[in-house]
Amino acid sequence: MSDVARPMRRLLRIPPVPLAILVGVVLGGLLVLVSGGNPVEAYAAIVTGSLAWDSLPNTLNWAVPLVGMTLVAAIPLRGGMINLGGDGQMVIGGLVAALVPLYLPGPGPLLIVVAILAAMVASGLYATIAAWGETRHGIPMLISSLLLSYPAIGICSYVVGFPLRDTTTGLAQTPMIPEAARLPVLSGPLNAGLLVMLVVAVLVVLYDRFTVGGYELRMRGLNARFAGYGGVPLARQMTGVMFASGAIAGLVGALIVLGSQFRFQDGALLSPGYTWSGLMAALLAGGEPLGAILAGAFFAALQTGGFAMQRETSIPRVLTMVLQSIIILFLAIRHGVGRRRETR
Amino acid sequence: MLDFITPFLVNSAVQAITPILLAALAGTLCGRVGVFNMALEGQMLVGAFAAVVGSYATGSALGGIAAATLATVAFSLILAYGVTVFRGDAVVICVGMNLLASGLTAYLLRQMFGVSGTFSDPAIVGLEKIRIAAINGWPVIGWIFSRQTALTWVAWILVAVVTVVMFRTPLGLRLRGVGEDAEAAETMGVDVTRYRIVTVLVAGAIVGLAGAQLSLGTVSIFSEDMSAGRGWIAVVAVMLGRNHPLYAALACVLFGFADAFSVRLQGQGLPNQVTDVVPYVVTLVALVLTHTKRRRRQDPTITASP
Repeated sequence: MSDVARPMRRLLRIPPVPLAILVGVVLGGLLVLVSGGNPVEAYAAIVTGSLAWDSLPNTLNWAVPLVGMTLVAAIPLRGGMINLGGDGQMVIGGLVAALVPLYLPGPGPLLIVVAILAAMVASGLYATIAAWGETRHGIPMLISSLLLSYPAIGICSYVVGFPLRDTTTGLAQTPMIPEAARLPVLSGPLNAGLLVMLVVAVLVVLYDRFTVGGYELRMRGLNARFAGYGGVPLARQMTGVMFASGAIAGLVGALIVLGSQFRFQDGALLSPGYTWSGLMAALLAGGEPLGAILAGAFFAALQTGGFAMQRETSIPRVLTMVLQSIIILFLAIRHGVGRRRETR
Repeated sequence: MLDFITPFLVNSAVQAITPILLAALAGTLCGRVGVFNMALEGQMLVGAFAAVVGSYATGSALGGIAAATLATVAFSLILAYGVTVFRGDAVVICVGMNLLASGLTAYLLRQMFGVSGTFSDPAIVGLEKIRIAAINGWPVIGWIFSRQTALTWVAWILVAVVTVVMFRTPLGLRLRGVGEDAEAAETMGVDVTRYRIVTVLVAGAIVGLAGAQLSLGTVSIFSEDMSAGRGWIAVVAVMLGRNHPLYAALACVLFGFADAFSVRLQGQGLPNQVTDVVPYVVTLVALVLTHTKRRRRQDPTITASP
């Protein structure tokens, strides 16, 4: 086995994440080449389409939900847990955030705050069901969180498809929320959601670094048994972590609905695939929040650039998804090579 | 209550169960050697895509099956070597594989056939439904066994074969040993790494069949993300069946009939958003029921990292 490891070790002197990105770019380039495209053109389109001055606002706009969903995955991952139910939790948040301003009276700014908080609480509580299943019945949260997503999506889809549907359009969606209850615009496509997400991201990083709770969560991630032996209440911790994770998923749904779509539309929150991209970004950083946020922003740039690439070349933008998965797969495997070296 | 069991529904339920059953069978194999395979969804998608490509290129369904098997085995190399030689984390690798499958098939669909969404073409030859004249008219038996694709037959035969091999042969004993206690197996002279690699690849071939049934069985098309959660249902079936092929098969049947029941509910005027949820809720309830009985006993094969 050391025959495999030796040539790799030289490569390993490059820091792992840039190396993984390099591998992804090379393999992705080969794929483009094989399918008859020009990889240099493709990558140039991705870079200018995401980082040029004109496209930067679009990238930031795409980054808000993606970084949010990255945090959703990163918080449990920090403690060695995985929440696969982000889709369902986000949809619940989006629906609640749309219903509050539609059916409650009150001044706009207050409605925004109430809508966001209600969305966070609803999604957070839904997410704790999976934690409860594991702590009380031993049902692995990994699978129950995913399975719980389907009923949530189905019920929300039913609610906007039938009882609360906007009957003036042919689509399964709620009516538009009043203008007063929409998030204020900062400039161009950017809205106040960016600031909210920035604050949440900073709070998560600070919590992780400077609080007892953050320390306990990291301990759990390193060795759950040891943390439990050291007095960390594992069951309560899991419930709390899932509530926080779900609440942020709800926040993401609320920010999309209140900030850019202004209504809850069936399927609109899920089609960009923020949950899985976020999970990959969190895995890329091993759950460390700051790294995960950067990875989430990187994926957001990649995906935004993908739109430009599809516009300017004939290469479909799903290529960026292939790049992301190659990066994550390489890191998973490379990490293993490093680990073996440590043990011997 | 049981009047939803009509010949047509039974027949289509058996048909719908086939890909999930094949995937679950592969999952139990992996689980028995201590590899938690969460990539069934992605493997199935790769198989479904390759089956359509193979059938389109060769003009025969058999070519489709061969392509599906080969492609999925090749794709499974990532998992097989990733968790053994490279000691990667199975969950991370599987999440990556699922996304790679989804992205790669969508990319190739556009680049090879110039379509996005769904690819259908008269040149794609579907699997033939075998009509057995002798039992075709019989109630229940005829509904179940006649007018099914060869892969449905293969799936149920494989359930028996895997069960026998796993519990009645020395090979099976070694396989189970690798999963239960890798160090002890190593001490007894079993090459754990090789057993894991080969098992994951064989499982990959089986999931390839699942993919072929998906894209060539009922319909002869490929559409993006057409596995649509079936791989995850198979993962749950593996967990419900605690890595036992027979119990996993039972879980698949439960799911298939919940699915048929939901179609029946839809016929009674319930909106499909609600009825689509029924199989998942039934699965969740089954998870709760099976877990309350043996409270807090951890399943070593699910949590153990290889």
